[in-house]
Formats: sequence, C-alpha cells, structure tokens
Amino acid sequence: MHTIINGKEIKLKKNDLEKQLLVFIREDLNLTGTKNGCNKGVCGACTVLINNEPKRSCQLKVKDIINMEVLTIEGMAKDDELHPLQKSFLDHDAVQCGFCTPGMILTAHALLLKNQNPSEAEVRNAIKVNLCRCTGYQQIVDSILAAAKFYR
Amino acid sequence: MMNWRNDGIAKVTGQAKYADDIKLFDMLHCVPVYSDQIHAEILEIDTSSAEKSQGIVRVITAKDIPGVKKFGQIRKDYSLIAEDKIRYEGDVIALIVADTLENALEAIPKVKAKYNKLKPVLSPNEACKNEVLIHDIYESNLINHHKVRKGNIDKGFAECDLVVEDYYETNFVEHGYLEPESAVCQVRDDGVIEVYGSMQHPFSTRRFTAALLGKKLSEIEVITIPMGGGFGGKDDTAAIVCARTALASWLCKKPVKMTYTREWSIKESYKRHPYQMKYKVGLKAGKIHALECDIVADGGAYTSVSPWVTWRSTVQCGGPYIIPNVHTDVKTYYTNNVYTGAFRGFGSPQVNFAIEQIVEVIADKLGIDAITFRKNNMLRQNSITVSQQKLDNHIVSLDQVLDKLIKESAYYRKLKKCSFGKGDDSKLYGIGLAISYRGCSLGAEGKDFTSAIINVQFDGSILLEVSVHENGQGAETAMINILAKELGVPTSKIRYRRSSTSQIPDGGSTVASRGTLMGGGAVMDAISKLKSLINKVIAPEINCQPSEITYKKNQLISPEGKSVSWEEAMGIMFKNCTYPYAFGSFEAPPVTWDEECGAGKAYFTYVYSAQAAEVEVDIKTKKVKVLDIFAVHDIGKIINKGLLSGQVYGGVVQGLGMALKENLQINDGHIITDNFHNYRIYRANELPRIHDFIIENPDPNTPSGAKGIGEPALELISPAIANAIYRATGKRMKRLPMLAEDICTQ
Repeated sequence: MHTIINGKEIKLKKNDLEKQLLVFIREDLNLTGTKNGCNKGVCGACTVLINNEPKRSCQLKVKDIINMEVLTIEGMAKDDELHPLQKSFLDHDAVQCGFCTPGMILTAHALLLKNQNPSEAEVRNAIKVNLCRCTGYQQIVDSILAAAKFYR
Repeated sequence: MMNWRNDGIAKVTGQAKYADDIKLFDMLHCVPVYSDQIHAEILEIDTSSAEKSQGIVRVITAKDIPGVKKFGQIRKDYSLIAEDKIRYEGDVIALIVADTLENALEAIPKVKAKYNKLKPVLSPNEACKNEVLIHDIYESNLINHHKVRKGNIDKGFAECDLVVEDYYETNFVEHGYLEPESAVCQVRDDGVIEVYGSMQHPFSTRRFTAALLGKKLSEIEVITIPMGGGFGGKDDTAAIVCARTALASWLCKKPVKMTYTREWSIKESYKRHPYQMKYKVGLKAGKIHALECDIVADGGAYTSVSPWVTWRSTVQCGGPYIIPNVHTDVKTYYTNNVYTGAFRGFGSPQVNFAIEQIVEVIADKLGIDAITFRKNNMLRQNSITVSQQKLDNHIVSLDQVLDKLIKESAYYRKLKKCSFGKGDDSKLYGIGLAISYRGCSLGAEGKDFTSAIINVQFDGSILLEVSVHENGQGAETAMINILAKELGVPTSKIRYRRSSTSQIPDGGSTVASRGTLMGGGAVMDAISKLKSLINKVIAPEINCQPSEITYKKNQLISPEGKSVSWEEAMGIMFKNCTYPYAFGSFEAPPVTWDEECGAGKAYFTYVYSAQAAEVEVDIKTKKVKVLDIFAVHDIGKIINKGLLSGQVYGGVVQGLGMALKENLQINDGHIITDNFHNYRIYRANELPRIHDFIIENPDPNTPSGAKGIGEPALELISPAIANAIYRATGKRMKRLPMLAEDICTQ
C-alpha cells in the first residue's frame, strides 16, 4: 500500500491505516505545517489536498489516502523557490499569526487549479472552509485574486 | 520591498514552528484534569487508579507544587491547580503526565474526586448580595469599583431640559485564536527551566512559572516562538498553561509538552467581560450636561486583569464628548462563571456600544441630525475629558476623522435611502456610524516602559531585539522598518533576534495597542545612542563633525558629500575597537489618576476613530447582512501600511463577530458553545470589503510619531452596526450580540 505525499511515494503500514491522517502527517511524517485548530472539521487549519481536492485531515484516516496524491504546505515551494501563490500572500500582507495560512493557501491552490479566473465571490466562497481570526480575510482574498494569473 | 515581513517565508511554507510543532528527545505529554463542578469544596482527589494506567509517569496535584499555590497579575487569587475549592468549570484539579498523549488522555477519567457542592453564584446581580462568597479570604465578591466624579451631578441634572435613560448589555466573547494554548518545557543542564509557549507576555509567563516552581526569575527562561493569535487572550491562561507544563517538566525531570484541545481552551480561558450598563444622560440647550453611568461587569471566578480592563471603561464611558457633570460607577464582581480578562478593546467596546447609540437616541428626541449633535458635543483641541484631562499635547482630530468618514462613505446620500422598518422590497436598508477616542498604551493602569537592543556585527549585518512580542500583528517587522529607515539600510540587513526573558529586560506585555508605540520608542532611543557611537568614530574619516553625518542609501555621508558605506563604517568601528551596540529604552510620558474622583491625565495620547456600516435586514428572517464597512483612524504615523490595514480589517471583523454573530452560551456555569461549530466566527463569504482610511497627525509624545491601531479598529463597529440596524428596522438593539430573534421580538 502506497500513497504519494508531496511528490514522494510513501509506503503505508497496515497498523497505521486507522490512524487520524492529521496525526500521521504531523507526528509520523513530521510535516508540522498542517495545523490542528479544532479537531472537529470546522476550522480548516488541517487542510491538505488529496488529488487536488481540499480535505480536512482531522476528519480522515490514513486508509483514505491509499493510492492518492497528497499535497501539504511543505510541498508548495519547489527547490526553495516560493510558489507564486505563497509569494502573493506575502505581497498582499495576507499573513498575520500564520496559523491558518497553510490550510488557506492549499484551499486557494485547489480553487485556482480549477478556476483560473475566479471572481471575488468565488474566492470568498472557496475559502469559507478556512477560518482566520487575524486578517478579516480581505488581504487573503486579494492575494488569491492576484495569484490567479500565474495559473492561466 | 514594501510588503515584507521577517517571519513571512516561514509562515507561508509551513516551516514556522509553533509550540505544538516542537518535539524534544524523550519528551513526555501532559493533560489537564477538570472537575464536573462549578462551585464546590474539594474533599478528596484520588489519583491511584490513574497512576496505574498505562504509560503514566506521574499524576500531579496541588500538593506537589513546590512554590506558591495561588498567583495572579493583580490579586493572587488563581489556583494554578485547584486545592481546596472549585470556583468555575475550568479549574484544573490534576495534571497527568504520560509517555504518549493517548495514554495521558486515557487516564483522565480515572482521576476520582469527592466534592461538597456549594451554591453557585451565576450572575453579578446575585454576587453583589454577598450571600455566598467565591473567595472566602475576601469579605465581598466585589473585585473592583472604579468611579468618575466630575462637577455636581444633582445640580447638573436639575439644570437639564431633557433626560434620557437607557439600559444596554453585552455578552461574554471568546478570543477564538486559531492556535489553542500549547507549551513545551525542559530543564536545561545549567538548571534553567526553558519554556517555549504560545503566549503573548513572556515576562508574565516567567512570573507565573517562577511563582509556581518557587524559583527566581533568572532560573526561568521563556523563549519567544511563533504564536497563533492572541488578541489579549494569551496573557493569563497561556502563562498558566506554560507554568503547569514547566512544573510537570521539573517534577519529571524530562521535557514535557502540553497542548490544549479547542474544548479545553474554550472551557478554561478567560473571556471578554459581559457588561450591564445603566445610562442616564441630561441635556441642556442641546449640549450633554450630565451623565450618570452604573456599570456592572461579570469578573467570573478570578480577578485576572479585571481592575485594569474596567478602569478603561471609566475614561471612555461618556464617549468622545464634553460632559461637565459625570457620576460613573464601574463594578466588577466574582461569580462562578468563566473568568474574564484582557481582550482586544479592553473595556471600551461595551461602553461604546451604549454611548454611541444613546447620542443618536438623543439627537432623534431633539429632532436634529446625529452628526450635528455629535459635532456640537465632541472633544476638540484643549477640551476636557470626562476624567478631567485637558487634550492639549497632541492633535485632537475627531472632526477630521468624522468628516473623512462622511465623505468616503457618502453618508448623507445613503441616509436618505434608509428604510426605518418600511420597504416595498423584501430587504430593509440602513447605514450607521460611530466615533471614539481611545487612550494609548497602558495609561494609569501600570508602569509603562520597554527596551530594545541593537547589536551591529562588524560585517554590517544587524541584530535587533525588542521586548515587545510578535503576536502575529507584525510587531517585529514594524521594529525592523523603523530601524531600517533611520539607519538608511535595507531591511534585509536586519535580523530580528527573537528575544528570551534572559536576554532583554522586561518590557511589559504586548497589549493595549502599545507594541509599535512603545517598542518603536525604545528602538528610536537605541538608534540615537548607536549613532552617537558610530558618528564619533566615522566623523574624522569623512572630515566632518559627528553631528553632521546623515544615513542614507547604505551610506554615511558628510555635508560635503564625502561618504563611507555602512559596511566600511562597521569595518572602521572594528579597527577602533568600538562596539556598534546600543541598549535603548522608552518610558511612557507621565500619567496620573485619582481613584476617588476618577480624574487625571489618564493616557498620554489618544487615537481618534470613526467607522460606518451599511446593513441589509431580511424582512422575513430578520437576518442582518453587512453590505459595506468604512473605517477612518488617526494613528499618528504610518510605519507599515500593509500591516496597518491588516489590523484594521482584522479588528473590524472581530468587532462584527461580537456585534452580530458570536454568542457564547453558558448554562448554569457550563459553557455550551465549546468549539467553532457552535461558537461561530465570521467566514470569508459572509463579509463585505472593508474600506480603510488613515489620517496621519504624527504624535509629538512618541519618538516615532506612531500611536496604535490594534484596538481602535475593534472598539466601535458594534454601535455603528446597531445604528444601521435602527435605520433599517426602526428598532434599537440594546444587547450584544444582536441576533435575528432579538430584532423579531422587539
């Protein structure tokens, strides 16, 4: 049994399959960019992409990613070069405490892969699954709208 | 680059390590054990069964505490582990330390306790009778009583031609930081206990930890790491979580981590104070002539910083208006509810909610426009505040911010569109605004000083360290921005050295919108000292007097245009055996306060704000949709526009949550809304764009000219919304949050 995490194939052990995916990612793979905000599937801080769909890893088990491709925040930058979406978050001051940022970026990435020309309403609707308590979302929305051109 | 923050790359790549992301070798896991009680005597705590549970290293109770058992920032009434009594549902009776988190969690129900139930006190109205005392060592449940006594209140009301009385109330509010409390502690080989925690006041955390462990301050080192939001909420509770983790680490002699679940966080952490506010306002010839306020706050089970929070309500109780006769009482009582403490806004959002509606009620009764009424009564240059402070040492810009708001929001044009409960459509429309003045920094709450260290390396790279804390707002970046500008070097040359409590002197808490103001002051002082060291050495090299050197574009330049680069200059410093190192400090200008009559120079300067909101109310469901927000603030001077706007947007949205959405429900002392599925905060799709406008009147009292924005942004949106709902529906909303069902039943 395998899964692909951030482009790397990983063998899954049988006794890991019932583990919470969030714990597996954070504690076993040490990918701590994926955060635990509510452990209830409400806040979106634990968002990862599974086959390019945003999913809440606190609501999944390791068995849910067998033969799937998983992207965590650590997989966004390539060779120390920030992804244009990450850069856009910095350019628009969309980061404050940073705790929601990984999940927010991944949800936005999934949207832009599907829709390279989203309206503001579409952006707001896509990221409604991710809570942010610092920014009031405005600069996050602006950075996603500005990053869309890099997906075209 | 304009939009740059020193921790930005780490935060967008997932590399930023928050407390729960830290793993130390051989680390144990700790969890708290709560009782199921609200108010009870503890007869017995039996840990024997829990101790036999798998993987348990130790079960800690109050009897294991080597230091003091009760602590607090003002009154030392908080039991870090409850020993004799349960005073609210968030009291912790034991800590379980185990090899894994799973094993620790498994043992929680195995801790058994016996209680003698006591009658719970669930509201300040019961508490004030003192029939049941929450803390037996105090004679009364009253935590504090602040007063304002100005003029002659009886004579004042007797002279009035119109008197308006009103009652308003507000609810508990949860901070809702995305990262729950977490701490990792270890005992170092030099005997020092190291604390990595999600907290916004490292020095207070150190005091709590030292007290609990019976250690000296120098034996505890609290280290700054990224923190997932605070908003005032990561002061006491966060410090307590750190202190308990340090205790577990000290007793087990191993590294220990304790990370809270959201449910534990909401159960245990302090909230914003609910207020009950009786207002009586007297008018004489169209001017506010007398004000009587009777304000009661629910302090919950412990004091925390209630006396400071509610003190701000005295200065701001009358809004930004001139009122000659004032009689205000603000009282906080212990109850068996969750305790209340610091929260962005700090005692002002509540009173603003009341007064900024009352002025409109009065204007209606007088039959004049609410803006005109405000302008006839508001504070101007050299005006005297309700707490008898003459505003003569900075520019009082209420007129300027209000005019800007009216223009940018097209207020008068939109006023004509308001429905007042009547509409052909299924939607009712309204616009409303509010204004405020807000004292900067701590004011007469406490000692207000802070420190900074600039340590330039001989290759020209710079280490900067300031005793303000990075809460996510970008405090570190703002400090770097100030230094880079003054030294004429790019920000890339400056590395912010994350401070630890062992490296830099105690600079107080990063609260009260004081980070940029106070930290910036300390940085400016350090810069001036650093420059005098450098100028003395470099002046002969470029043939000028030390005082004549300017710092621009990475050069040190003489009036004749002779120059050396920053790097060359630091090389020369090395050859001269002179350290380019400076320690700076900044003490807030003096403030005064007379507790008996509530008068004095409460704050050394003020921020002036005006915000407007447009709403649409569905006729059938009475659901309120916010259509547009305009925010104008005079913050002195802009240090970093992007970060500043971020504070405005974030503050406004938190204020909107308090106004319309966030409804913390407590049933017999138990919080029902225990996670984000039932304690709902705003999501991106429910919000309009916010238009922010900044007015700059550099403040002569602060070295950088900057004031603060964190709290001004939040403190006045709820009355603006209430005024908008009134113009949409014709109904006055007197309770926060303003829920659809309340609009219906009115």
